[in-house]
Amino acid sequence: MATATGTRLFGAPEKRREDPRFITGRGQYVDDVKLPGMTHAAFVRSPHAHARLKRVDAAPARAVPGVVAVYTALDLKVGALPCGWMLPNIKVPPRPALASGKVRYVGEPVAVVVGETAYAAKDGAEAVRVEYEALPGVSDPRKAHDKGAPQLFDDIPQNQCFYWTIGDKTATEAAFKSAAKVVAQPLRNQRLIPNAIEPRACVASYAPGTGDLTLWVTSQNPHVHRLLMAAFILGIPETKMRVIAPDVGGGFGSKIFVYNEEVVAAWASKALARPVKWTAERRESFLNDAHGRDHVTEVEMAFDRGGKITGLRVKTHANLGAYLSTFAPLIPSYLYGPLLSGVYRIPAIFCEVWGMLTTTAPVDAYRGAGRPEATYLLERTMDRAADDLGVDPAELRRQNLILPFTSGTPYQTPVAFAYDSGNYEPALNRALELSGYAKARREQEEGRKRGRYIGIGVSTYIEACGPAPSAVAGSLGAGAGLWESGQVRVHPTGAVTVYTGSHSHGQGHETTFAQLVADQLGIPMAQVEIVHGDTAQIPFGMGTYGSRSACVGGSAILMSLDKVKAKGRKIAAHLLEANEQDLVFEGGKWSVKGSPGKAKTWGEVSLMAYLAHNLPQGMEPGLEATSFFDPPNFTFPFGAHVAVVEVDAETGQTKLLKYVAVDDVGRVINPMIVDGMVHGGIAQGVGQALWEHGVYSDDGQLLAATMMDYALPKADQLPSYETERTVTPSPVNPLGIKGAGETGTIAATPTVANAVIDALAPFGIAHIDMPLTPDKIWKAVTAARK
Amino acid sequence: MTLPVKMTINGTNYRHEVEPRMLLVHYIREVVGLTGTHVGCDTSQCGACTIILNGQAVKACNVFAVQADGAQIMTIEGLAKNGQLHPIQEGFWEKHGLQCGFCTPGMIMAVYQLLERYPKPTEAQIRHQLEGNLCRCTGYHNIVKAVQYAAEKMAGR
Amino acid sequence: MYPASFDYHTPGSVQEAISLLGKLRDDAKLLAGGHSLIPMMKLRLAQPKHLIDLRKVPGLAGIREDGGSIALGAMTTHWQVESSKLLQAKIPVVSDAAGMIGDPQVRNLGTIGGSLAHADPAADMPAVMIALGVEFVIEGARGRRTVKVDDFFKGLMMTAVGPDEILVEIRVPVPPAGSGAAYLKFPHPASRFAVVGVCAALTVDGKGICTKAGVGVTGAGTKAVRAKGVEAGLAGKALDQAAIEAAAAKAADGVDVQADLQGSAEYKSHLLRVHARRAIEAALGRAKGGK
Repeated sequence: MATATGTRLFGAPEKRREDPRFITGRGQYVDDVKLPGMTHAAFVRSPHAHARLKRVDAAPARAVPGVVAVYTALDLKVGALPCGWMLPNIKVPPRPALASGKVRYVGEPVAVVVGETAYAAKDGAEAVRVEYEALPGVSDPRKAHDKGAPQLFDDIPQNQCFYWTIGDKTATEAAFKSAAKVVAQPLRNQRLIPNAIEPRACVASYAPGTGDLTLWVTSQNPHVHRLLMAAFILGIPETKMRVIAPDVGGGFGSKIFVYNEEVVAAWASKALARPVKWTAERRESFLNDAHGRDHVTEVEMAFDRGGKITGLRVKTHANLGAYLSTFAPLIPSYLYGPLLSGVYRIPAIFCEVWGMLTTTAPVDAYRGAGRPEATYLLERTMDRAADDLGVDPAELRRQNLILPFTSGTPYQTPVAFAYDSGNYEPALNRALELSGYAKARREQEEGRKRGRYIGIGVSTYIEACGPAPSAVAGSLGAGAGLWESGQVRVHPTGAVTVYTGSHSHGQGHETTFAQLVADQLGIPMAQVEIVHGDTAQIPFGMGTYGSRSACVGGSAILMSLDKVKAKGRKIAAHLLEANEQDLVFEGGKWSVKGSPGKAKTWGEVSLMAYLAHNLPQGMEPGLEATSFFDPPNFTFPFGAHVAVVEVDAETGQTKLLKYVAVDDVGRVINPMIVDGMVHGGIAQGVGQALWEHGVYSDDGQLLAATMMDYALPKADQLPSYETERTVTPSPVNPLGIKGAGETGTIAATPTVANAVIDALAPFGIAHIDMPLTPDKIWKAVTAARK
Repeated sequence: MTLPVKMTINGTNYRHEVEPRMLLVHYIREVVGLTGTHVGCDTSQCGACTIILNGQAVKACNVFAVQADGAQIMTIEGLAKNGQLHPIQEGFWEKHGLQCGFCTPGMIMAVYQLLERYPKPTEAQIRHQLEGNLCRCTGYHNIVKAVQYAAEKMAGR
Repeated sequence: MYPASFDYHTPGSVQEAISLLGKLRDDAKLLAGGHSLIPMMKLRLAQPKHLIDLRKVPGLAGIREDGGSIALGAMTTHWQVESSKLLQAKIPVVSDAAGMIGDPQVRNLGTIGGSLAHADPAADMPAVMIALGVEFVIEGARGRRTVKVDDFFKGLMMTAVGPDEILVEIRVPVPPAGSGAAYLKFPHPASRFAVVGVCAALTVDGKGICTKAGVGVTGAGTKAVRAKGVEAGLAGKALDQAAIEAAAAKAADGVDVQADLQGSAEYKSHLLRVHARRAIEAALGRAKGGK
């Protein structure tokens, strides 16, 4: 690792420091935790989408060899799983850790069996006898709204959990009245199942001697896990609970939330005074991990004669599943409606959302979370509009772009958000250029003559990242602040340990944060240790989601670095008998301006901070700082992506030929890592456009509940991608970072969907709902040919 | 019913009594204690549990430990020799072929066989030969690059 | 992920395995590569009380030429079939199709005999076996018998192999000169099983007349079947485009096409016809090319 003092690390593609353990099989994931006397939990889950629980007979399970205990809702003494985001007039149904009275989705945990081994626990779970009285189920959020639809909760009429609006209804209606052209499109954004390759897992270990509970859990935010579990569910002091999220194998949102299983394991560990481990079987991940998306939407877009957008009207039924997952209400409201302006000047927007309960697994944030849904409807509609208006889709976008604003004056949209900084046209131009857009259009024309159906898809996007200004979040219903903590502890040798409230589950924080710190202090990366994922070591933190780690978590670290540097400067000035103002800090040492020989290194100053033999009068010994960064605004990354596909019109099969991504994520600490995140995001976005679908039958049976049915993208279905960036620094954090974790997912879905529909233009096909599977394409082509 | 099994894993001999139903991946992880081999699914799609069994890449979640009685096994922990990373491991590190790292051990073991069978693979061959391994982080882009790096490095030896 | 308990047996001969089968009856399952059975056991969809592992039975694996046929031992793995120089030279379609099964890891352990005896309706190899007109050698308590492929696949996951019998060998006739075959599949995007798969095996004479046609289809119905209508449309004809299309149009005739998440019966029938045409075209190209 070439990290000699003085090397500019911010912006360098440093190889990752976490990799050696992963490539040698020495990572430590939750399922690798093994404790003396550890037991294993297996859950009995509902096979019904909706049923009354008549009787749970645990006796046969208790007789199974190796079974330690069986618990049902009657045994469990814990609170309901809380929801951490409230909306006006929201009706929050209680969500029990184990079902009680009724089950409301397939896979809902009904009982737990604890065994000496995972095999014995499973044997026990198979032996539990549950009597159900089946009730009708409903999986579609619009059908759930009908009078006479099956009711999940007696006190939530027509299953409407909330009704939420944003924007100016009157202005929007006026815009539509005076529109020269209105484009309308009903569309569905299908349900996705996150499928991080590491299944969720937990190990709960209660120490009867001290009353301390340690929970290893696959979490993106261990402090939030601890807070919600200790305060709301288990009712124990936060000080008696330690949550460790060690190496975590991907999250994509699904590991933000507090789930039934860790609650039950924690309680059972106390009841048994033995450690309890649970690791999801993949089938359980399908059934009980929070799903994503699942919107049914009507969009209308109004244009004037010149092709300028004058208004946007959106009506969405958002499927929340059977209960509210931890942040469920936030996703289809404030992470959705305020994004509807995209990168376009839209004078009037009005969006209505009905949050609906259905007999399906809870829905919450999945990579992008609300923003992909907003971007998809906007970008799909732009293509529809280009078609209707007879203009090139890239041109229609260009003529509606918000003009550049990079001086720190934000752009106010009509849907609450004020964008931090933006310069949208260069990204679009570059994406078109890289993809050979004009040439591709000519080839498309040529191909069509010979029965080849090539499609070119363009999409811009904007997202709101770096959540969030806490006061704003609070005013919108958040049950928490959304700042981040960063603690810097300097050791006497000058080596530094950084404790961050952010959590890495693939993002590479141990590398990027170390680059930031080494750069700031002018010390080698080897002298910097990044600690995350342990509530016993780290000040309260909010965790990782919403592309917030670098811009919010990194800024908190930077604040602490500024503090230790400021103190170090005082010590150096004292030792050098110079004025602070006369010192320059460069290459890891303070030197006196004009006499470079007179200098104190970072290490010397750190040592003196602890020796304390010769400190400025009144100064406390030690060198450490803790900071909490609360951003003044969200950040708004943006970009433009282009895809080229070929559709076999005979079979309906789509092949992705080319994918170009030009993103603007502000300043970048490690371009290699950012590129990697973009690649992965693209694959997930393509997955939604073409294959993935967490499909339920109308009455609530999950029909794609294994990896044999649910099509995750594989290596041979994807091309290599071309990625580039423009750089528009964000003014809302000192690092100028906008965030990069979700861009690919947000942009790729509409880009590829647009490309496929574009390929089918000769058939007069204007829209097909995702995923754009061969059978749907064939059906549309066949209908068009008749 | 338990049965005796013996096998050699990464050069070390192991003997245990196991239930016939114990999957090889559980034997390796829980009994032997080598946790680098992961379990990502229950239908043998994800490939996170890929190991080399008697010279061939197999999914250890789809083999009973008793079937591997007498076998020679290499897991991810056995790939680096004398602290020297194997060129495939090096490739994954150099080319950022991993993010969360969970699929990585299985992916690397699959690549080990891929390069044995196809020492100079085309991109299409790499992608086709890795269809038994799922990665949710990288979009496969840098995994392909990592394999190409390793292939070149191994050819140069 | 955690199968139910069972007892494990490793017979040392086919006869010993057969007598175990006879004794344990419905409680027992044969274990070859395990790549169909073990996934079902992990989901506890199958819970046999006894597994009879054939791995210690000598002589069940291997590929050898025997007169005008190539004999494939039932325990030969898909990879051995895929990589067999003998098959690649004499009947390459068998190797090609083996290379499309599952993924490399699955092919390393999964066996041709295990897969065929399991008779998954979406498996690849049955279509190839039908097109090539193979014979199955089945051994039971009363000795060996040979079953033609047309009598082998009986229904959904049902074959001619009796409850106390074992499939020991598959005999694939080496096609005469002027033959060519191709297997084309439309893979399920997740499982990689065949949503539809069609194998066409053709022999053409010097005048370009098709003297023999074998066409097998898999995936769409509850079992793999011979596409007799397609074969009838090919045999004895000069295979111009019109003849090929007319023949391929019969590909779904007699197939009990099942609708599922991958598509309607109408769509899958259409896919069968398209894949039949493409497979015939590819087979014809190879036949004319000499293979």
